[in-house]
Amino acid sequence: MTQRATVDAAVKLGLTAEEYEHICAIQGGEPTYVELAIYSLMWSEHCSYKHSRPVLGRFPTSGPRVLQGPGENAGVVDVGDGWAIAMKVESHNHPSAVEPFQGAATGVGGIVRDIFTMGARPIVSCDSLRFGELSEPRQRFLLDGVVGGIAHYGNCLGIPTVCGEIYFEPSYEGNCLVNAMAAGILRHDQIVRAKAAGIGNHVVLIGNKTGRDGIGGASVLASQEFDETLEEKRPSVQVGDPFTEKKLIEACLELLHGHLVVSMQDLGAAGLTSSSSEMASKGMVGLDIHADRVPLREADMEPWEIMISESQERMLSIVEPGRLDEVREVCERWDLDCTVIGAVTDSKMLRIYWRGDMVGDIPARRLADESPVIRTPSVKPAYLVDDPVTVDDAAYSPAEDLGAALTELLAAPNIASKRWAWEQYDYIVQANTVQIPGGDAAVLRIKGGSRGVAFATDCNGRHCYLDPYRGAKAAVAEAARNLSCAGALPVAVTDCLNFGNPEKGEIYWQFEQAVEGMAQACEALDTPVVSGNVSFYNESFGNAIYPTPLVGMLGVFDDVSVHIDHTFKDEGDVVVLLGPEAAWMDGSEYQKVRFGKVEGRVPDVDLEAERRLQAALRAAIGRRLLKSAHDCAEGGLAVALAECAIASGVNGGGRYGDPEALRRMKDGKGRWRGADVELPAALLAAPGQPQGVAGRRDLALFGEAPSRVVVTVALGDIDALDALLADVPHRVIGVVTGEALRCTMQGSELFSVPVSALCAAHESLPDRLA
Amino acid sequence: MQPAAHRLVRFGVVVFPGSNCDTDAHRAIETFPDAGVDYLWHKDTDLKGAQAIVLPGGFSYGDYLRCGAIARFSPIMRAVRDFAADGGLVIGICNGFQTLVESGLLPGGLLRNMGLKFVCRYVNLRVENAETPFTNACREGDHLRIVVKHNEGNYAVDAGTLEGMKANRQILLRYVDARGELTAEANPNGAVENIAGVCNETFNVFGMMPHPENSVEAAVAGGDDGRRIFQSMITTIMQRAKVTS
Repeated sequence: MTQRATVDAAVKLGLTAEEYEHICAIQGGEPTYVELAIYSLMWSEHCSYKHSRPVLGRFPTSGPRVLQGPGENAGVVDVGDGWAIAMKVESHNHPSAVEPFQGAATGVGGIVRDIFTMGARPIVSCDSLRFGELSEPRQRFLLDGVVGGIAHYGNCLGIPTVCGEIYFEPSYEGNCLVNAMAAGILRHDQIVRAKAAGIGNHVVLIGNKTGRDGIGGASVLASQEFDETLEEKRPSVQVGDPFTEKKLIEACLELLHGHLVVSMQDLGAAGLTSSSSEMASKGMVGLDIHADRVPLREADMEPWEIMISESQERMLSIVEPGRLDEVREVCERWDLDCTVIGAVTDSKMLRIYWRGDMVGDIPARRLADESPVIRTPSVKPAYLVDDPVTVDDAAYSPAEDLGAALTELLAAPNIASKRWAWEQYDYIVQANTVQIPGGDAAVLRIKGGSRGVAFATDCNGRHCYLDPYRGAKAAVAEAARNLSCAGALPVAVTDCLNFGNPEKGEIYWQFEQAVEGMAQACEALDTPVVSGNVSFYNESFGNAIYPTPLVGMLGVFDDVSVHIDHTFKDEGDVVVLLGPEAAWMDGSEYQKVRFGKVEGRVPDVDLEAERRLQAALRAAIGRRLLKSAHDCAEGGLAVALAECAIASGVNGGGRYGDPEALRRMKDGKGRWRGADVELPAALLAAPGQPQGVAGRRDLALFGEAPSRVVVTVALGDIDALDALLADVPHRVIGVVTGEALRCTMQGSELFSVPVSALCAAHESLPDRLA
Repeated sequence: MQPAAHRLVRFGVVVFPGSNCDTDAHRAIETFPDAGVDYLWHKDTDLKGAQAIVLPGGFSYGDYLRCGAIARFSPIMRAVRDFAADGGLVIGICNGFQTLVESGLLPGGLLRNMGLKFVCRYVNLRVENAETPFTNACREGDHLRIVVKHNEGNYAVDAGTLEGMKANRQILLRYVDARGELTAEANPNGAVENIAGVCNETFNVFGMMPHPENSVEAAVAGGDDGRRIFQSMITTIMQRAKVTS
């Protein structure tokens, strides 16, 4: 070992001089280079959460359904009948910005390993993506690469990618966001925790050989801002091998469910370093690791490189000596390497050996759990110092042709159908998918009974930029609303908190505000946070992304057959608007698309009203009173109505995914379902809006507000629905009829557009990618 | 005294490393009261008495080199080739279809999709020949709506072979639109003459790109049109058993 572990070396590895001092204090002098490399990874922002830990304690994390909260590879939630769902979302933003295909692919690989490490069989993958505007060629390249990488990896694993979202805003130009979420199913008694135990047990490495890919991925890449050295960071991106991961899933589930291993941990960020120190720390034991026994792809690797390599598709497990032959037999059957690289000891030290010599000796618990905690003094950002006020609508001249404004919005990249992306994903493998992508939520059945689960992801970054507290609160409410629109009871959250550089007070303020908003909404809606991830340093050349606290939510069905989607079904069905009638220009897609502005005071969610709305909605769906339900989000009421009409045709003339509807379409009998809608005059008088908005028909159509849902109901069921909605504002606004969407107000026609034309606009995303 | 056990038609689903529709195929077959099913491991050579073999979808051996190109060399494929030579029924779905063409059990090849992207979508399939062991539960001209999901489903074959296949009615399924027309839009991958599924000359080996195993239950999104493919195979084997007994 020739390299010295000086303070200069520490700084090169991403540590600060202060942290170096602290390390010297723990180690009792200058550390070895291996030790220093290990500390640099474990104390990186990505692994240690040093800036976020003090704030994350605000989240509610417990509840009667929570079987495992934050702190493990994934959260685990009871979904009834002894079944549980393991779920987690994780960012792979930085690698994807450097190398989109492999960055996104390995993001999927990593999150899937987190799920099966818990003993769960992965059943769904969701991906929430953010890019800069598509007019930029680089952004199209990133989108194409990221979606291709997700498809490449997820499809090969045989895990359906059923939900997700894609948004485009200039703030993501230098830092795209790739938030990969996965969930798996297991029985309650199959939960495995990543805790080393049993002095003398073997430490066994299973899976791929170790190479030089992903050296410093967590520190160099994920814990720093981007600048002109972006291209030089390419070697820090890992390369994915989904074929090996597929074999790993099968072999590891066999090992875990057969109780052949004591515990298991995947090798993700910081590779062998983090997996071994976390297992030792959680088990309050020591681990001896012989780095020279690790199978290598490149023969001349140094011990520190072996310890921090982020080569993919590797698992670390603790095996009793008497079980080793059985473990080897399973791995051999799946053609996977299985190598004893060390042992569990009572030293409580993480000891690294190289050809017999000890080259690292670190107190495991201090390494894993005692990383520095930093709370940056928060500063309200300059752009919000003068509290934003609701915009003066007079400064926005209303669109004259409202039908054209609607098609323009439908074609806007944030609203347009993302079919181009999700048709590249296998969304049907495993035969659990009940509702295919394109709707409010993904719905899957649980085999062997009537139960089901639903998933949704949400976050409007623009709203979070204008008000991180309100925006984050609204993200939770919207995710829950999306699940409720399908008929599922929201039960738990996993989050991915994407922000800029936390060393800056303004970013830290955004972070604190967003966490507070999320926490309040999670408390009010009974959806504890069971797992999550923080991604800081999403900045390029000093410009931060919009604060983007992504919410991934799980919903449950006792009887999945009650679920509904958002498509208009039958001629004569009645269209009802649930929720408040006021709508705002501030932060809306209309404001961005038509006027090129992002400003104002975004509306606040009334959590009590939201709770009542969703409970009533689920009750109505549970009694099979509703034919469709759709959240009013970007683009307001008019876009929501248009989406219901469009979906009636593109996926097969009615309830899409429904074989009966498919049969109709296939027989050439499918047709569009339009609607005649009379907008209530009340939509024109928006409480809380300044004077002068009266008469803004464009805002009645395209203005946005939380807690609004469009539903359809058979005429004969309208009274029963009315009774269920006693404490929820609601109003009949129209009827499903014809093959056009026609809106009138106070007797005059605002627009009438054939659904086929609406569909053409909505399906136009590929034209922007050519 | 129990009545004599009903004699089930035995299916074998081959599991290659990287297969990912093997469990879906297994489960799909289990939904038929007249069928039983076993997994067949790629390293084995014993077909466990199977009367019909399913080569499932997925990414066998990672689809490295070329789809299905490595799977054809696996030990189980020797047994499958012998089984097919004896007239046994073999269906290859998606990656299984790719493996069958790589193995020379079916003519032609499967190229990268015309759009150069993986494609997962519902397609309409028109049954072109209903007098085969794989389609006899359909009528000619029937439409089946089943999902395709693949990156290499673009069926290609030389013109001479194609003419022979057409004359011999070996093309069993074609992609069509809702009106039954052979349009380019209905064709998800650019396959020649919208071909979705083909048989060998003796009509006992069949490959198709769409996934009937994801289309056996009305309660999930795939629908149940795919049942007719499996039902045809079951009926065929039961009739063969009657003839020989």
